[in-house]
Amino acid sequence: MLRVSLSGSLRSAAGGAENIDIEAQSIRELLNRLVDRYPLMRKHLDEGIAVSIDGEIYRDNWAKIIPEGAEVFLLPRIQGG
Amino acid sequence: MAHDTSYTDQKFNVVGTRVKRPDGVDKVTGRARYGADASAPGQLVGLILRSPHAHARIKKIDTARAEKLKGVKAVVTSADMPDLNVGNRDLFAVLENCMARDRALYDGHAVAAVAAVDMNTAKQALKLIKVSYEKLPHVTDVDEAMKPDAPIIQDWVFTVGVEPTPKKPSNVSMRSEFGHGDVEAGFAQADVVIEKSYKTEQTHQGYIEPHACLASLGPDGQGELWVTTQGHFVFRNTCAALLGLEVSRLKVTSSEIGGGFGGKTHVWMEPVALVLSRKANRPVKVVMSRDEVFRASGPTCSTSIDVKIGATRDGKITAASAELRYQDGPYPAIWGMLGAMTSYACYDLKNVKTVGYDVLVNRPKVAAYRAPSAPMAAFAVESTVDLVAAELGMDPVDFRILNAAKEGTRASYGPTYGPIGIGPTLEAVKNHPHMRAKLKKNQGRGMACGFWFNFGGQTCTDLNVGIDGSVTLTVGTIDVGGSRAALGLIAAEELGIPYDMVKTNVADTASLGHNDMTEGSRGTFSSGMAAIFAARETIEVLRQRAAVMLDVPVEAIEWKEGQAVATGLEHSNLAPLTLKEIAAKSPTTGGPIAGHNEVVADNAGVSFASHICDVEVDPETGATRVIRYTVVQDAGKAIHPDYVEGQFQGGAAQGIGWALNEEYIYGKDGCLQNAGFLDYRIPVCSDLPFIDTQILEIPNPNHPYGVRGVGETSIVPPLAAIGNAVSNAVGVRLNHVPMSPPRILKALEEAANS
Repeated sequence: MLRVSLSGSLRSAAGGAENIDIEAQSIRELLNRLVDRYPLMRKHLDEGIAVSIDGEIYRDNWAKIIPEGAEVFLLPRIQGG
Repeated sequence: MAHDTSYTDQKFNVVGTRVKRPDGVDKVTGRARYGADASAPGQLVGLILRSPHAHARIKKIDTARAEKLKGVKAVVTSADMPDLNVGNRDLFAVLENCMARDRALYDGHAVAAVAAVDMNTAKQALKLIKVSYEKLPHVTDVDEAMKPDAPIIQDWVFTVGVEPTPKKPSNVSMRSEFGHGDVEAGFAQADVVIEKSYKTEQTHQGYIEPHACLASLGPDGQGELWVTTQGHFVFRNTCAALLGLEVSRLKVTSSEIGGGFGGKTHVWMEPVALVLSRKANRPVKVVMSRDEVFRASGPTCSTSIDVKIGATRDGKITAASAELRYQDGPYPAIWGMLGAMTSYACYDLKNVKTVGYDVLVNRPKVAAYRAPSAPMAAFAVESTVDLVAAELGMDPVDFRILNAAKEGTRASYGPTYGPIGIGPTLEAVKNHPHMRAKLKKNQGRGMACGFWFNFGGQTCTDLNVGIDGSVTLTVGTIDVGGSRAALGLIAAEELGIPYDMVKTNVADTASLGHNDMTEGSRGTFSSGMAAIFAARETIEVLRQRAAVMLDVPVEAIEWKEGQAVATGLEHSNLAPLTLKEIAAKSPTTGGPIAGHNEVVADNAGVSFASHICDVEVDPETGATRVIRYTVVQDAGKAIHPDYVEGQFQGGAAQGIGWALNEEYIYGKDGCLQNAGFLDYRIPVCSDLPFIDTQILEIPNPNHPYGVRGVGETSIVPPLAAIGNAVSNAVGVRLNHVPMSPPRILKALEEAANS
């Protein structure tokens, strides 16, 4: 079981939850289960999202395995100049 | 093939040296070809008609007289650019920004375009297009746009990030909250609490080369686009989606780029040029004037920010909060969110809360500008940090060191940091001779910190060995700040050959797989990673070919210092084979020798910088001169130190202009008053001191060489460092950027009167 922290506008898509517990082995699994539980997340996922695992930020790597007990943050996808 | 991206503390031979830039001769002799330097047989001149109003309903566009003018080959309006992606709001916003539909949303919004045989005819045709407007109420100020009675810019925008979802449309497109702990409890523990409000005005990236392209699109749906851009693959995908083309049938070639800084990450007139070309069935060249660049490309936000910081007498911050209001132009974006994410990233805070608001106004669509949103947030936070330190009677550098984030700190935007460089940059500032230099009358010194995320993304790279042993590295990331030299160094390092044997080229979109844009300080980080892996795959091929040439098993071949060496006692009498020797025999040992890599480079490694600035302010005129400036920044690993220093200096120079002079000035009519470099003053060489640099190298654990992005962070601290220096020089806190002479005089006058 992962504890996933949400920030920014992602919280409101999850009914205001700051943290959610979710069963997932990989980023892909995490995102799929997230949408199953919170359909409003779909829009954010479509716009792009980043997943921080133990402080390391992944933007596009769906295959990344999430270690048990890892610190997981969902962040909005950022843009740069 | 998967490769290990971990840092390995590799010892380098050529990486870290200051080799000659490969594009230097071309650029100083004028041989380099920029966006406006392409031509094609039968090409037409494209021009765009733009709204003179800040907000207006377009009642009718009559193009009949323009179309009849001799020499006009095509006239285009929104009717020629239908929405082919119905339901996709983001793509529609891009399309509508390229060509207005029922409303013009800002002064400069495109409403029609022509293609004609020459410039004079095109200009004449523009004058013959009659647009009937109905002026609508407008708003250009971010705080005014948030008021309940402000004119609504988009009736389909409902504030995201609030509960319950609003039922009325709003100019506030998004509310974003970040932080942790209990700020109210933290402020209750503080001995000193400082609250302050700040404003920053809108600025443009000020790239010297305007947007320019040559478009050719036939009725068969096949086309080519030559364009100045930070990301030709993304431009291809966007243009193809907007115009209903197959991606593979639109080849986009990037020109040399005369600066981008985020402003060339979006399409502006390129889709229009393609539509003009399709309609005229001739190539069409469009080159924006400087007036158009200011009015109708993508500057950064203007902002309004409130900051509150509390600390104990012993200098520990107990709580920090901020409300950040950023205007995005007429379309929803994430710039306020990024301000909220970056504002306190330099600090180790138990209690922190930031709220960002993204706000729509009648100004041009905002684009990224080098570490977008972070400089304004840093101006507000770092100014307040100085005020708190002063209130506590502490040295501002010591105060920052005491509160700096470190490995294991939970960042204000969420995750826990790995190894980071904010502490070392502050220690370097503390020990820098600049901090001990004496100041004269009317002079002041300031310092400030800055943060930027950096990111990686999709990258695809080829490496080919020629028959003579010379190496071609083919990349798809635009060289904005010297990446061709850095990537050439990386390929040479891996292959064990001299840098001069490697030529790095930026390929067109038909020649490589997708590459993300050069943004987020990702060019050298991500393409460098791909170059390393492509070179290592090439070495595997070279070993195989050497094994054939030497009649030994491939397992017995090692690659050492650019040569294939047969190992083991039974092969010790065999002479090593150089890359040149192996290449010369390649036709008979298996054909071309090449390596390839595609990678999604994640974990780019966050970046921190600390800057020191000395200024002298003329109390009679309010004019400020920067007399000394020092940049200290963590580069992870500086592949080519000259270019890294150049990035540091360039960011500081742009920050100096932003801090002291640059400003979009709007009239009461909502129209831009200073759309040119005479009235919008960027710094020139004579305005700047030599900008000193100090590169720190705290390796990124997620890159084989430890590379972090370096292109953006250097623009984050200057507004605050200069603000602190000016405030120290005049004895009055400046809270409005730019700190232009009239604003400084006004602040001095108000202080004297109070």
